[in-house]
Amino acid sequence: MSIIIYIAVMAGVTYLIRMIPFTLFRKKIKSPFFRGFLYYIPYAVLSAMTIPAIFYSTGNMTTSLIGTAVAVALAYFKFPLIVVALAASAAAFIAGLFI
Amino acid sequence: MKKDFLKGIKDGIPICLGYLSVSFGFGILAVSLGFSILAAVGISLTNLTSAGQVAGVGIIAAGGSLIEMALTQLVINIRYSLMGISLSQKLDGNFNTFHRMAASFGITDEIFAAAVSQKSVSPYYMYGLTAISALGWVSGTFLGAAAGNILPESISSAMGIVLYGMFLAIIIPPSKKEKGVLAAVLIAAALSTVFEYVLKSVSGGFAVIICSVLAAAICAALFPVPDEEEAEG
Repeated sequence: MSIIIYIAVMAGVTYLIRMIPFTLFRKKIKSPFFRGFLYYIPYAVLSAMTIPAIFYSTGNMTTSLIGTAVAVALAYFKFPLIVVALAASAAAFIAGLFI
Repeated sequence: MKKDFLKGIKDGIPICLGYLSVSFGFGILAVSLGFSILAAVGISLTNLTSAGQVAGVGIIAAGGSLIEMALTQLVINIRYSLMGISLSQKLDGNFNTFHRMAASFGITDEIFAAAVSQKSVSPYYMYGLTAISALGWVSGTFLGAAAGNILPESISSAMGIVLYGMFLAIIIPPSKKEKGVLAAVLIAAALSTVFEYVLKSVSGGFAVIICSVLAAAICAALFPVPDEEEAEG
Protein backbone atom coordinates (compact mmCIF):
# COMPACT_ATOMS: atom_id res chain seq x y z
CA MET A 1 0.00 0.00 0.00
CA SER A 2 1.19 3.49 -0.76
CA ILE A 3 3.07 5.22 2.03
CA ILE A 4 1.03 8.37 1.32
CA ILE A 5 -2.09 6.65 2.69
CA TYR A 6 -0.27 5.73 5.91
CA ILE A 7 1.00 9.28 6.34
CA ALA A 8 -2.49 10.66 5.64
CA VAL A 9 -4.05 8.38 8.30
CA MET A 10 -1.29 9.25 10.74
CA ALA A 11 -1.63 13.00 10.18
CA GLY A 12 -5.44 12.89 10.00
CA VAL A 13 -5.88 11.06 13.30
CA THR A 14 -3.30 13.27 15.02
CA TYR A 15 -5.01 16.44 13.75
CA LEU A 16 -8.51 15.33 14.76
CA ILE A 17 -7.29 14.46 18.27
CA ARG A 18 -5.97 18.00 18.57
CA MET A 19 -8.76 19.80 16.78
CA ILE A 20 -12.01 18.28 18.07
CA PRO A 21 -11.66 18.92 21.82
CA PHE A 22 -9.94 22.28 21.30
CA THR A 23 -12.71 23.45 19.00
CA LEU A 24 -15.76 21.98 20.72
CA PHE A 25 -14.87 21.86 24.37
CA ARG A 26 -15.98 24.82 26.45
CA LYS A 27 -15.97 23.35 29.97
CA LYS A 28 -13.79 21.17 32.18
CA ILE A 29 -13.70 17.39 32.64
CA LYS A 30 -14.96 16.57 36.14
CA SER A 31 -14.37 12.82 36.59
CA PRO A 32 -11.18 12.31 38.66
CA PHE A 33 -10.69 8.88 37.06
CA PHE A 34 -10.90 10.23 33.52
CA ARG A 35 -8.73 13.21 34.39
CA GLY A 36 -6.23 10.82 35.93
CA PHE A 37 -6.33 8.55 32.88
CA LEU A 38 -5.60 11.45 30.52
CA TYR A 39 -2.94 12.76 32.88
CA TYR A 40 -1.03 9.46 33.14
CA ILE A 41 -1.37 8.37 29.51
CA PRO A 42 1.57 10.40 28.12
CA TYR A 43 3.98 9.08 30.75
CA ALA A 44 2.80 5.50 30.23
CA VAL A 45 3.11 5.83 26.44
CA LEU A 46 6.61 7.27 26.56
CA SER A 47 7.71 4.65 29.08
CA ALA A 48 6.32 1.76 27.03
CA MET A 49 7.94 3.16 23.88
CA THR A 50 11.30 3.66 25.57
CA ILE A 51 11.64 0.42 27.54
CA PRO A 52 13.02 -1.88 26.24
CA ALA A 53 13.51 -0.22 22.78
CA ILE A 54 16.20 2.15 24.06
CA PHE A 55 18.50 -0.83 24.80
CA TYR A 56 18.65 -1.56 21.07
CA SER A 57 18.52 2.04 19.85
CA THR A 58 22.14 2.32 18.69
CA GLY A 59 22.31 -1.16 17.22
CA ASN A 60 24.70 -2.23 19.99
CA MET A 61 23.49 -3.13 23.46
CA THR A 62 26.63 -1.99 25.31
CA THR A 63 26.68 1.52 23.85
CA SER A 64 22.88 1.72 24.26
CA LEU A 65 23.12 0.82 27.95
CA ILE A 66 25.84 3.43 28.52
CA GLY A 67 23.77 6.07 26.73
CA THR A 68 20.70 5.05 28.75
CA ALA A 69 22.61 5.30 32.04
CA VAL A 70 23.79 8.81 31.17
CA ALA A 71 20.26 9.84 30.16
CA VAL A 72 18.71 8.46 33.36
CA ALA A 73 21.31 10.20 35.54
CA LEU A 74 20.97 13.59 33.82
CA ALA A 75 17.16 13.35 33.70
CA TYR A 76 17.12 12.50 37.40
CA PHE A 77 18.93 15.77 38.10
CA LYS A 78 16.48 17.62 35.83
CA PHE A 79 18.81 18.71 33.06
CA PRO A 80 16.93 20.22 30.08
CA LEU A 81 15.46 17.77 27.54
CA ILE A 82 17.92 18.67 24.85
CA VAL A 83 20.95 18.25 27.14
CA VAL A 84 19.77 14.80 28.25
CA ALA A 85 19.06 13.72 24.68
CA LEU A 86 22.36 14.87 23.20
CA ALA A 87 24.47 13.69 26.16
CA ALA A 88 22.97 10.20 25.83
CA SER A 89 23.93 10.18 22.19
CA ALA A 90 27.43 11.54 22.87
CA ALA A 91 27.98 8.89 25.55
CA ALA A 92 26.88 6.14 23.17
CA PHE A 93 29.17 7.55 20.46
CA ILE A 94 32.20 7.74 22.76
CA ALA A 95 31.52 4.23 24.08
CA GLY A 96 31.33 3.04 20.48
CA LEU A 97 34.88 4.23 19.84
CA PHE A 98 36.17 1.73 22.37
CA ILE A 99 34.27 -1.30 21.08
CA MET B 1 -2.20 40.95 16.02
CA LYS B 2 1.31 41.42 14.61
CA LYS B 3 2.62 42.03 18.11
CA ASP B 4 1.11 38.76 19.35
CA PHE B 5 2.58 36.87 16.40
CA LEU B 6 6.05 38.26 17.08
CA LYS B 7 5.76 37.45 20.78
CA GLY B 8 4.84 33.90 19.81
CA ILE B 9 7.92 33.69 17.57
CA LYS B 10 10.12 35.00 20.38
CA ASP B 11 8.72 32.63 23.00
CA GLY B 12 9.05 29.76 20.52
CA ILE B 13 12.77 30.17 19.79
CA PRO B 14 13.89 27.77 22.57
CA ILE B 15 11.29 25.26 21.35
CA CYS B 16 12.59 25.67 17.80
CA LEU B 17 16.17 24.94 18.87
CA GLY B 18 15.13 21.91 20.92
CA TYR B 19 13.03 20.57 18.06
CA LEU B 20 15.85 21.13 15.59
CA SER B 21 18.13 18.68 17.34
CA VAL B 22 15.47 16.14 18.33
CA SER B 23 13.95 16.00 14.85
CA PHE B 24 17.47 15.53 13.51
CA GLY B 25 17.32 12.17 15.30
CA PHE B 26 13.91 11.47 13.76
CA GLY B 27 15.26 12.22 10.27
CA ILE B 28 18.12 9.77 10.77
CA LEU B 29 15.72 7.14 12.15
CA ALA B 30 13.30 7.49 9.23
CA VAL B 31 16.04 7.18 6.61
CA SER B 32 17.52 4.17 8.41
CA LEU B 33 14.08 2.50 8.19
CA GLY B 34 14.07 3.05 4.42
CA PHE B 35 12.07 6.30 4.14
CA SER B 36 13.00 8.92 1.56
CA ILE B 37 14.02 12.41 2.69
CA LEU B 38 10.78 13.75 1.19
CA ALA B 39 8.66 11.23 3.13
CA ALA B 40 10.46 12.01 6.40
CA VAL B 41 9.99 15.77 5.91
CA GLY B 42 6.36 15.23 4.85
CA ILE B 43 5.66 13.27 8.03
CA SER B 44 7.18 15.99 10.23
CA LEU B 45 5.33 18.76 8.38
CA THR B 46 1.92 17.10 8.69
CA ASN B 47 2.25 15.55 12.16
CA LEU B 48 4.43 17.83 14.31
CA THR B 49 4.81 15.28 17.12
CA SER B 50 7.75 13.16 18.28
CA ALA B 51 6.44 9.98 19.89
CA GLY B 52 3.63 9.54 17.35
CA GLN B 53 6.03 9.89 14.44
CA VAL B 54 8.56 7.43 15.89
CA ALA B 55 5.79 4.87 16.43
CA GLY B 56 4.30 5.70 13.01
CA VAL B 57 7.44 5.10 10.96
CA GLY B 58 7.98 1.90 12.97
CA ILE B 59 4.52 0.66 11.99
CA ILE B 60 4.99 1.55 8.31
CA ALA B 61 8.44 -0.09 8.24
CA ALA B 62 7.03 -3.23 9.89
CA GLY B 63 4.16 -3.38 7.39
CA GLY B 64 1.45 -2.79 10.01
CA SER B 65 -2.19 -2.14 9.17
CA LEU B 66 -3.93 1.22 8.83
CA ILE B 67 -6.11 0.34 11.83
CA GLU B 68 -3.00 -0.25 13.90
CA MET B 69 -1.65 3.10 12.69
CA ALA B 70 -4.87 4.97 13.57
CA LEU B 71 -5.24 3.36 17.02
CA THR B 72 -1.59 3.88 17.87
CA GLN B 73 -1.74 7.57 16.98
CA LEU B 74 -4.97 7.87 18.95
CA VAL B 75 -3.47 6.45 22.14
CA ILE B 76 -0.07 8.11 21.86
CA ASN B 77 -1.49 11.54 21.03
CA ILE B 78 -4.64 11.50 23.17
CA ARG B 79 -2.78 13.76 25.59
CA TYR B 80 -3.20 16.57 23.04
CA SER B 81 -6.95 16.35 23.60
CA LEU B 82 -6.51 17.04 27.27
CA MET B 83 -4.05 19.84 26.52
CA GLY B 84 -6.55 21.31 24.07
CA ILE B 85 -9.26 21.25 26.73
CA SER B 86 -6.92 22.79 29.27
CA LEU B 87 -5.75 25.48 26.83
CA SER B 88 -9.33 26.24 25.75
CA GLN B 89 -9.84 27.82 29.18
CA LYS B 90 -7.30 30.53 28.35
CA LEU B 91 -8.35 31.64 24.87
CA ASP B 92 -9.15 35.30 24.35
CA GLY B 93 -12.20 36.73 22.58
CA ASN B 94 -10.61 36.61 19.12
CA PHE B 95 -10.67 32.81 19.14
CA ASN B 96 -13.61 31.95 16.88
CA THR B 97 -14.23 28.44 15.57
CA PHE B 98 -11.98 28.96 12.54
CA HIS B 99 -9.04 30.06 14.67
CA ARG B 100 -9.60 27.16 17.04
CA MET B 101 -9.53 24.69 14.15
CA ALA B 102 -6.37 26.24 12.70
CA ALA B 103 -4.45 26.80 15.93
CA SER B 104 -5.17 23.28 17.22
CA PHE B 105 -2.61 21.94 14.72
CA GLY B 106 0.11 23.44 16.90
CA ILE B 107 -0.78 21.71 20.16
CA THR B 108 2.38 19.84 21.18
CA ASP B 109 3.81 19.20 24.66
CA GLU B 110 6.19 22.15 24.43
CA ILE B 111 3.88 24.64 22.66
CA PHE B 112 1.11 23.79 25.12
CA ALA B 113 3.48 24.37 28.04
CA ALA B 114 4.52 27.77 26.63
CA ALA B 115 0.96 28.86 25.80
CA VAL B 116 -0.73 27.67 28.98
CA SER B 117 1.69 29.72 31.09
CA GLN B 118 0.29 32.93 29.51
CA LYS B 119 -2.49 34.90 31.13
CA SER B 120 -4.58 34.73 27.97
CA VAL B 121 -3.84 33.32 24.53
CA SER B 122 -4.66 34.97 21.20
CA PRO B 123 -4.80 33.15 17.84
CA TYR B 124 -1.78 35.02 16.45
CA TYR B 125 0.30 34.18 19.51
CA MET B 126 -0.44 30.49 18.85
CA TYR B 127 0.42 30.93 15.16
CA GLY B 128 3.76 32.55 16.02
CA LEU B 129 4.65 29.80 18.50
CA THR B 130 3.61 27.10 16.04
CA ALA B 131 5.37 28.64 13.02
CA ILE B 132 8.79 28.92 14.64
CA SER B 133 8.50 25.51 16.33
CA ALA B 134 7.39 23.79 13.12
CA LEU B 135 10.27 25.46 11.27
CA GLY B 136 12.72 23.86 13.72
CA TRP B 137 10.95 20.51 13.58
CA VAL B 138 10.78 20.28 9.79
CA SER B 139 14.25 21.64 9.02
CA GLY B 140 15.80 19.39 11.67
CA THR B 141 14.08 16.41 10.07
CA PHE B 142 15.42 17.42 6.66
CA LEU B 143 18.97 17.86 7.96
CA GLY B 144 18.85 14.55 9.84
CA ALA B 145 17.41 12.66 6.87
CA ALA B 146 19.96 14.19 4.50
CA ALA B 147 22.85 13.68 6.92
CA GLY B 148 21.76 10.11 7.72
CA ASN B 149 23.04 9.13 4.31
CA ILE B 150 26.41 10.86 4.57
CA LEU B 151 27.22 10.78 8.29
CA PRO B 152 29.63 8.04 9.40
CA GLU B 153 27.82 4.98 10.74
CA SER B 154 29.32 5.56 14.22
CA ILE B 155 27.57 8.95 14.51
CA SER B 156 24.23 8.10 12.93
CA SER B 157 23.86 4.95 15.05
CA ALA B 158 24.68 6.93 18.22
CA MET B 159 21.98 9.43 17.21
CA GLY B 160 19.48 6.56 17.39
CA ILE B 161 19.22 7.11 21.13
CA VAL B 162 18.42 10.86 20.96
CA LEU B 163 14.62 10.62 20.99
CA TYR B 164 14.57 7.97 23.70
CA GLY B 165 16.88 10.15 25.78
CA MET B 166 14.38 12.97 25.43
CA PHE B 167 11.52 10.67 26.44
CA LEU B 168 13.44 9.73 29.61
CA ALA B 169 13.98 13.42 30.32
CA ILE B 170 10.20 13.92 30.14
CA ILE B 171 9.16 10.99 32.34
CA ILE B 172 11.86 10.84 35.03
CA PRO B 173 11.58 14.25 36.78
CA PRO B 174 7.79 14.00 37.44
CA SER B 175 8.31 10.37 38.54
CA LYS B 176 10.47 11.67 41.38
CA LYS B 177 7.68 13.97 42.58
CA GLU B 178 4.48 12.01 41.98
CA LYS B 179 3.77 8.42 42.98
CA GLY B 180 1.07 8.12 40.33
CA VAL B 181 3.42 9.05 37.50
CA LEU B 182 6.15 6.75 38.86
CA ALA B 183 3.65 3.88 39.00
CA ALA B 184 2.44 4.57 35.45
CA VAL B 185 6.03 4.63 34.16
CA LEU B 186 7.05 1.42 35.95
CA ILE B 187 3.90 -0.54 35.08
CA ALA B 188 4.09 0.50 31.43
CA ALA B 189 7.80 -0.39 31.22
CA ALA B 190 7.22 -3.79 32.85
CA LEU B 191 4.30 -4.63 30.54
CA SER B 192 6.23 -3.45 27.49
CA THR B 193 9.14 -5.71 28.45
CA VAL B 194 6.76 -8.66 28.74
CA PHE B 195 5.43 -7.93 25.24
CA GLU B 196 8.95 -7.63 23.83
CA TYR B 197 10.24 -10.93 25.19
CA VAL B 198 7.19 -13.09 25.87
CA LEU B 199 4.14 -11.97 23.85
CA LYS B 200 6.20 -11.45 20.70
CA SER B 201 3.30 -12.04 18.31
CA VAL B 202 1.64 -8.74 19.31
CA SER B 203 2.93 -6.03 16.98
CA GLY B 204 4.73 -3.00 18.40
CA GLY B 205 1.95 -0.46 17.93
CA PHE B 206 -0.69 -2.57 19.65
CA ALA B 207 1.72 -3.48 22.45
CA VAL B 208 2.26 0.23 23.21
CA ILE B 209 -1.51 0.79 23.22
CA ILE B 210 -2.23 -2.11 25.59
CA CYS B 211 0.65 -1.28 27.94
CA SER B 212 -0.15 2.41 28.22
CA VAL B 213 -3.94 2.09 28.50
CA LEU B 214 -3.58 -0.57 31.22
CA ALA B 215 -0.94 1.39 33.13
CA ALA B 216 -2.86 4.68 32.92
CA ALA B 217 -6.16 3.04 33.95
CA ILE B 218 -4.58 1.31 36.96
CA CYS B 219 -2.93 4.55 38.06
CA ALA B 220 -6.09 6.61 37.47
CA ALA B 221 -7.94 4.21 39.79
CA LEU B 222 -5.21 4.27 42.45
CA PHE B 223 -4.17 7.93 42.13
CA PRO B 224 -7.09 9.94 40.72
CA VAL B 225 -6.35 13.53 39.67
CA PRO B 226 -8.50 16.05 41.56
CA ASP B 227 -10.39 18.74 39.70
CA GLU B 228 -8.20 21.71 40.57
CA GLU B 229 -4.89 20.28 39.43
CA GLU B 230 -3.60 21.68 36.14
CA ALA B 231 -3.22 18.74 33.82
CA GLU B 232 -0.05 18.77 31.81
CA GLY B 233 1.57 16.21 29.56
